[in-house]
Amino acid sequence: MPETQPIIEIRNVDKFFGDFQALSDVSLTVNSGEKVVICGPSGSGKSTLIRCVNRLEEHTSGQLFVDGIELTGETRNIRAVRMEVGMVFQQFNLFPHLTVLENLTVGPLRVRKISKADAIARARKYLERVHIPEQADKYPAQLSGGQQQRVAIARSLCMEPRIMLFDEPTSALDPEMINEVLDVMIELAESGMTMICVTHEMGFANRVADQMVFMDGGKIVEIAPPSVFFTKPKNPRCREFLDQILEH
Amino acid sequence: MNHGMRRLLKRLHWMDGLIVAVLVLFFGYVWVQIGDQLNYKWRWGLIPDYMFRYDEERERWVANLLVQGLITTIRICIYASILAVLLGIILGMARVAKNLTIRMLARTYLEFLRNIPPVVVIFIFFFFLSEQLIAALNIESWARGIARSENNGVWEFFFGDMRRFPSVISGVIVLALFESAFVGEIVRAGIEAIPRGQHEAARSLGMSWYAEMRYIILPQALKKVLPPLANQFISLIKDSAIISLISVQELTYKTVELVSTTRAIFEAWIATAAMYFVICFSLSMLFSYLERPRKSGAR
Ligand SMILES: Nc1ncnc2c1ncn2[C@@H]1O[C@H](COP(=O)(O)OP(=O)(O)OP(=O)(O)O)[C@@H](O)[C@H]1O
Ligand SMILES: [Mg+2]
Repeated sequence: MPETQPIIEIRNVDKFFGDFQALSDVSLTVNSGEKVVICGPSGSGKSTLIRCVNRLEEHTSGQLFVDGIELTGETRNIRAVRMEVGMVFQQFNLFPHLTVLENLTVGPLRVRKISKADAIARARKYLERVHIPEQADKYPAQLSGGQQQRVAIARSLCMEPRIMLFDEPTSALDPEMINEVLDVMIELAESGMTMICVTHEMGFANRVADQMVFMDGGKIVEIAPPSVFFTKPKNPRCREFLDQILEH
Repeated sequence: MNHGMRRLLKRLHWMDGLIVAVLVLFFGYVWVQIGDQLNYKWRWGLIPDYMFRYDEERERWVANLLVQGLITTIRICIYASILAVLLGIILGMARVAKNLTIRMLARTYLEFLRNIPPVVVIFIFFFFLSEQLIAALNIESWARGIARSENNGVWEFFFGDMRRFPSVISGVIVLALFESAFVGEIVRAGIEAIPRGQHEAARSLGMSWYAEMRYIILPQALKKVLPPLANQFISLIKDSAIISLISVQELTYKTVELVSTTRAIFEAWIATAAMYFVICFSLSMLFSYLERPRKSGAR
């Protein structure tokens, strides 16, 4: 029963940057525990859409509910939502002045306000989860890209969020490091986390996605389970896009 | 003549000789003017006496006018720079605040300081702010009380003669307010140099604006602007001469006093200039030594 409860509801959302419309009439419902993979050409609004979910971007019109809380200008709501939503960026965005362990504890300590001992225990648990327990005392700049991205994932997980957002988490990585990050994401998916991933890693998508979403020109133009999405997509732009990507 | 010396001489051009000759002639002319025309008697022997004197009562050497002034200058500069950094951080954050009113206020303050001569600013701060503050907090009589009491060693160590405390505090406040605007601009530049991704990562964790600034942005920003902040500290020492105008008994004020009692105009001002120079120049060398690139893995 809780499996089918909507945890994210995006209703007719528009987003303008000045005169430029980055999202137009986007609606999407994500159920608890569901994995949604978003793909589409550059500039189609994928990042904008997931950034609206934790209000790094403010939607212009329409409604957005996360975990039953509507995102409006209300600061309290925004922070409540952000505590439940983890975000992983293409450029990692680790805090360079903090050690790996401090990167992981700063959120729980300063936002959740748990005790230092608990925060450290939690940080070690999630470092274990992303397979780099031995790097706790290093600074981000001393790690490889793949390790940094796994630290970033662990940093989000330390807040014990109910939803994780990924914005092209492997695009900035050297090819040999992509899999170590995707493996962590697959394990996370299997643990039942609700996830929205923007990625062009179609092998990963095929494996974990419940829903595939294709965006073009600020609109969702195709939405289907992977079995349908990869074999007989209805939208011609989507078909073209998939052909291009799967060729490589 | 050693090898290096000979090489140096070879590199000298006839132009260099000309420049040196002109300079020597100019200063020689000034020297002669002072000595002959003004009938000036050089009395360099006075200067050491006005730096230190032997106290018969206490039977030891104590600071005289110039060194007293120097110590006051150093005290005031240290306190003023601490206060200026605190105010400057607040001002720098206000300059990049989301709220328009806060941003405008910070901007107004900055433009006020940029477009009014420092001397005028100092008088305005003195009469409108620090005088009022000292009167309102009744600092005057409080300090007199401490000056009279027996166990005031700690206070005297930090603030010198406690009867002068109100004037020292005025100096600190006025100087700190004056410098805070420049510190604020340095801090703002530091905050703006932090990539957007850092703000976004902090916010995604649910951090409040305060937590984001306190734990993520400011530590990085301040570390970035340490070199310009250090230079600003040297500027502050030089700027501190201006508070002699509000009768704070620091080095410049004491020099004026010395000149009016001894008439040793040139010696006193040259000695004072030398003291400022030695302090500022050695700090400047120290900071560039600390800033020199180092091989290091961490951070
Ligand atoms: N802050 C902004 N100001 C103005 N325009 C923006 C801003 N952010 C995004 N845009 C525009 O909105 C459109 C959608 O951007 P978005 O980043 O969502 O695309 P994307 O699908 O994530 O592309 P990519 O694959 O390149 O990351 C783009 O045309 C972009 O130029
Ligand atoms: Mg993007």
